Amino acid sequence: MSSLPATGAGPAAVPAVDRRRARRRAGWRRRLTVLAFLSPWLAGFAIFFGYPLVMTTYLSFFHYDLLNPPRWVGLANYRYLFGQDAQIWPAVENTLVFIAMSVPLQVLFAFGIAVLITRAKAGVGVFRTVFYLPALVPPVAATLGFVYLLNPATGPVNTILGWLGIEGPLWFNDPSWSKPSLVMLGLWGIGNTMIIFLAAVLDVPRHLYESAELDGAGGWRRLRYVTLPTISPVLLFAVVLGVIQGLQYFTQAFVAANVAAGQASQGGAVSTLELGYPEGSTLFYPVLLYYHGFRFFNMGYASAMAVLLLVVAFAATSLIIRGSRRRVHYGTTR
Amino acid sequence: MSGAAVRLESTAPTRRAVPAPIRRRRLLISIADHSLLIVAAIAFLAPVVFIGLTSLMTTDQALSSQLWPSPFRWRNYVDVFSSAPLWRWALNSFIYASLATIGLLVSSVPVAYAFARLRFRGREPLFLVVLVALMLPPQVTVVPLYVMWAKLGLIGSLWPLIIPNWLGDAFAIFLLRQFFLTIPEEYLDAARVDGCGELRILTSVVLRLAKPAIAAVALFSVLYTWNDFFLPLLYVGENPDHWVASIGLAQFRSLHQVQWNLTMAATLLIMLPVVVVFFLAQKAFVEGVTLTGVKG
Repeated sequence: MSSLPATGAGPAAVPAVDRRRARRRAGWRRRLTVLAFLSPWLAGFAIFFGYPLVMTTYLSFFHYDLLNPPRWVGLANYRYLFGQDAQIWPAVENTLVFIAMSVPLQVLFAFGIAVLITRAKAGVGVFRTVFYLPALVPPVAATLGFVYLLNPATGPVNTILGWLGIEGPLWFNDPSWSKPSLVMLGLWGIGNTMIIFLAAVLDVPRHLYESAELDGAGGWRRLRYVTLPTISPVLLFAVVLGVIQGLQYFTQAFVAANVAAGQASQGGAVSTLELGYPEGSTLFYPVLLYYHGFRFFNMGYASAMAVLLLVVAFAATSLIIRGSRRRVHYGTTR
Repeated sequence: MSGAAVRLESTAPTRRAVPAPIRRRRLLISIADHSLLIVAAIAFLAPVVFIGLTSLMTTDQALSSQLWPSPFRWRNYVDVFSSAPLWRWALNSFIYASLATIGLLVSSVPVAYAFARLRFRGREPLFLVVLVALMLPPQVTVVPLYVMWAKLGLIGSLWPLIIPNWLGDAFAIFLLRQFFLTIPEEYLDAARVDGCGELRILTSVVLRLAKPAIAAVALFSVLYTWNDFFLPLLYVGENPDHWVASIGLAQFRSLHQVQWNLTMAATLLIMLPVVVVFFLAQKAFVEGVTLTGVKG
């Protein structure tokens, strides 16, 4: 402000230099402001993201048990990971199968409920609350609840199935039913996705429906050719998010396996630590990583697993986004 | 809001009487819609109802296949507190939630403001980095971080859970930025003309306008910390005095092998704060969720 020309003596030269200097000073101030505003995240990113990413890669070439200094082993961790580890491929397969089962079901289910709610004439608020609330429930609590509900012998679900003359499965105690049980638990928690879909469906411009109706489209075709294409970016978002969450799926699988195994051991069968009870069917990749890193303290091997997870998570995200760009309609939503 | 997509016929230019067969068809479809919704809603409520009923049974009855408690044993809700240090766990969770949330807000608000409202070179690529950080599984970075906290001697405390929140959180930055972008530029320009620096603008103009978004971020953070299991499992250690609610609950069954009734009582008690918070702040929740999705 003080650099404004005061006199008309040197009409061109002095003010121009002054102004340039002032502008440069303002530029620096602006840059400092930006830096100051960003600094918490820059520091946080460096400490809790950049550093560990580099360190994970580094540690993956070492044998490290936290007690003795890291010992260089070259590619041994990776050779074991891709060659010898008998648990890794079942864990990868479990994870992929679970994602393939749960993500489409969750998206479909959330979309169905969202559409039904937009068509409801009464109790919209109540329905919305009922379907949303379970998403907020602590995963540990929800899992415990479901393990109890699906208890093969005395749980309410099999009791009620019994009344109907159906012999219920062993759910969390049966290797072929443990994943579907977890999928059901996941469907109970679709509230967030449902709310996002609900907002998207309500956002679809009305005139699109009107012109579709004038063209003679019935309810189903309006849904298929108006609602679905218009909200496709939101659907894609949900799929991507579902896959990402599937890749880090841990709490429910870990708790369900431990609780169900404990319950079976009262019968006197299981005594030793069994990963992914029953029969390794809930041994997902993140669960195996946890055991290697923080129970067996194979920090180097866990790091190699983390590097593989990083690559896969990155690839999956970009692949889904690129692959669906053609089919997703980004036009009139905004 | 209700039935926005339904009553299309009323907006048609000329209203003709709808023929009877079509009207009947519409009625049937509507009945089908509502019955589906009601069945689904019952299915969604049933788990909580059965958990509640079991929490009121006697120990023996909870091990049988009976569904209705007889007698109702309300004392379970007294016993559950003496059978496990629930208050201690809740207090730890509360400390974690409040310190993490305060830190997260203080550190993320200015960052989000910079990404939304300050112009600087490299803004878009940097923001992309935030998004990548948001998407990567926590398992990817957890090994070296565990080593780091172990070397600092902080395993067995809440600090490894709290401290990272004081250095900006990707999700909070993302959500707040989305909201800050919706604030009209004129408000900010008016403040600039009055000679306000960016910090003044942030604290006096933006924060006042962004209250709903900040409330939503705070709620999500409290919820996330209360529900968090993976990180506490790594860091809180073996001593039950340092456990948070989710860890304590997961261990509850191994402490009380066959007592499903007490386990279900504890489960319900740990769900309860979340439900209460939801009903106190329903609007902020729904708005916050919508903000993450629609403009993402």
